[in-house]
Amino acid sequence: MGADTMNEKHETAHGGGDVILVADGVTRTFGGLKAVDVDHFEIPRGKITALIGPNGAGKTTFFNLLTGFDKPDEGSWTFNGQSLSGVPPYKVARRGMVRTFQLTKVLSRLTVIENMRLGATGQKGERFLPSVLRFLWQGQEDANTERAMDLLRRFKLDAKKDDFAGSLSGGQRKLLEMARALMVDPELIMLDEPMAGVNPALKQSLLGHVKSLRDEGRTVLFVEHDMDMVRDISDWVVVMAQGKIVSQGTPDAVMSDPAVIDAYLGAHHDAELTFDMESQIEAEAEQEIAAETEENR
Amino acid sequence: MSWFEVLTNAIEQAVGPQAVVYCLAAIGLNIHFGYTGLLNFGQAAFMMVGGYAVGALVQTWGQNLWLSILVGLLAAVVLALILGVPTLRLRADYLAIATIAAAEALRQILGAASLNDQFGGQDGRFGFTEALRDINPIPEGGVDLGIIQFRSYDFFIMLIGWVLVALLCVFIYLLMRSPWGRVLKGIREDEDAVRSLGKNVYSYKMQALVLGGVIGAMAGIMSGLATSNVAPSDFATDTTFFAYTVLLIGGAARVLGPVLGALIFWFFLNGLDLFFGKATSGTDPLIPSAIMDSNQASLMRLIVLGLVLMLIMIYRPQGILGDRRELAIDGR
Ligand SMILES: Nc1ncnc2c1ncn2[C@@H]1O[C@H](COP(=O)(O)OP(=O)(O)OP(=O)(O)O)[C@@H](O)[C@H]1O
Ligand SMILES: [Mg+2]
Repeated sequence: MGADTMNEKHETAHGGGDVILVADGVTRTFGGLKAVDVDHFEIPRGKITALIGPNGAGKTTFFNLLTGFDKPDEGSWTFNGQSLSGVPPYKVARRGMVRTFQLTKVLSRLTVIENMRLGATGQKGERFLPSVLRFLWQGQEDANTERAMDLLRRFKLDAKKDDFAGSLSGGQRKLLEMARALMVDPELIMLDEPMAGVNPALKQSLLGHVKSLRDEGRTVLFVEHDMDMVRDISDWVVVMAQGKIVSQGTPDAVMSDPAVIDAYLGAHHDAELTFDMESQIEAEAEQEIAAETEENR
Repeated sequence: MSWFEVLTNAIEQAVGPQAVVYCLAAIGLNIHFGYTGLLNFGQAAFMMVGGYAVGALVQTWGQNLWLSILVGLLAAVVLALILGVPTLRLRADYLAIATIAAAEALRQILGAASLNDQFGGQDGRFGFTEALRDINPIPEGGVDLGIIQFRSYDFFIMLIGWVLVALLCVFIYLLMRSPWGRVLKGIREDEDAVRSLGKNVYSYKMQALVLGGVIGAMAGIMSGLATSNVAPSDFATDTTFFAYTVLLIGGAARVLGPVLGALIFWFFLNGLDLFFGKATSGTDPLIPSAIMDSNQASLMRLIVLGLVLMLIMIYRPQGILGDRRELAIDGR
């Protein structure tokens, strides 16, 4: 294993299973900076994939490109075998690929439950003239509300349902956004740092919830800096650094990949690393210190 | 004029035809700005296409008044599409710039001397309301409601106008409690979030622009019908800003905000004018001429109104009908 993980054949890289999304040659430059330069990327269907990498690696930009919120310089990608290049964000979502935002986008002056209801798809009441006739959409609205309440309970937000979303705390906003994305009933849900600012106790129950998404048959892609979470729930890990994918594999394989440690240390010496990497880095540091003291003698 | 007459006059204006016109204009802006967050600074343009379609079609081209009204409303749809197609995909400020420019350009074109034969230059079009006057059922002597009186035709216009306002308020209430209205409010808060949930934001913004624009055209048509005249000076840039003032006083994103705002705005606009006019006239004026003479008095209403608007923005930025809870959020 190790550095050559990424060089293995794509089809077999994550166990030979079916892929839901494949991207090829996707690049995006900002001025002179190549923020994303991905040769090949794929998401195994029905699994939880983590996209990790140091700050500024291009993870969010890559999310934006895949979901149509930003346009790549070049490259193509398919979802369920259909090309998504140039497809506007709302159509991407309708095809079953829904993302959340790193900087949360709750709809402040709508209540929590209204935020949730907005996520439901195929609403008859969202068409101009039929919307005036309540009996046309009341039934659907009730069903959506029930589904929304179920989700809110899971995310411990049910007590807040009638509060304005703008009055929620930072962590609660993250939760609301994730719950709202689930209202769309996506096949692939893409979470940009879903656990940032969520308290540890709730984090544990959310991890269970994310796993249950997989058990329901959904595919999950998430960006996260919390290595415990990555190790805990992901089936597959893709590592980005400076726009490129530098490694991919099972969590354990990736964590011990020297290319990954390089990526983190090269970019940020103070990056918070845990378990395998942490011990390796400590060992390296000790060696260096030992060498230095030796020299100084 | 007695002090009592100053009061009754102001009340007459508060519910009069001009108040109806600004109420309608503000209802349109409420759809744009209040519910959807679209910055339309050219509501005067929508009023103009409505008013001029009626004025010119009837007076210049001898068309039927009712048909012309329909054309006026359709013209607003076309204008909304022209303004919306290039700008609604872009950032919010582009629509603001496009609308303010369109309103002024349209006003210059319609008032141009070279189009005098069609649109009547600075005098505009007039005398196109006969068909409406013919069906006026209000007695010729006018209407006396005790302390306030209205001329027959004015009262007829007010009646049509306030009934129209009432119907629109019911319609907007129904729209805004529905999932359709929820999408608009979502777009106002954060359009990318709404996109990420699979809604065609562009289409909803267009629908909102058209709906509010058509209601703006109704305002322009009412203005033309009320005075039997449409002229470029009726649709200057401050028309739009008066309509915004009406909306902000009453409360944006509230169904009845524009109605309350229009009543209050026209009560004070005229009440203050009459008050300062009376206070500075006569041999022994209430306000000595050393402080203010009657020429200066005519400017006072706008000064005081500006002050009132500032105070509302500082102490009640959500408007009179606004929701206090929403305020706590704005700071974030
Ligand atoms: N709109 C933009 N204009 C210019 N540069 C940008 C823009 N968006 C991102 N970048 C640059 O692209 C690079 C990748 O940014 P991106 O937000 O994708 O990183 P990230 O991997 O999500 O980081 P983090 O973990 O901190 O969220 C950064 O160097 C950033 O400065
Ligand atoms: Mg990011």
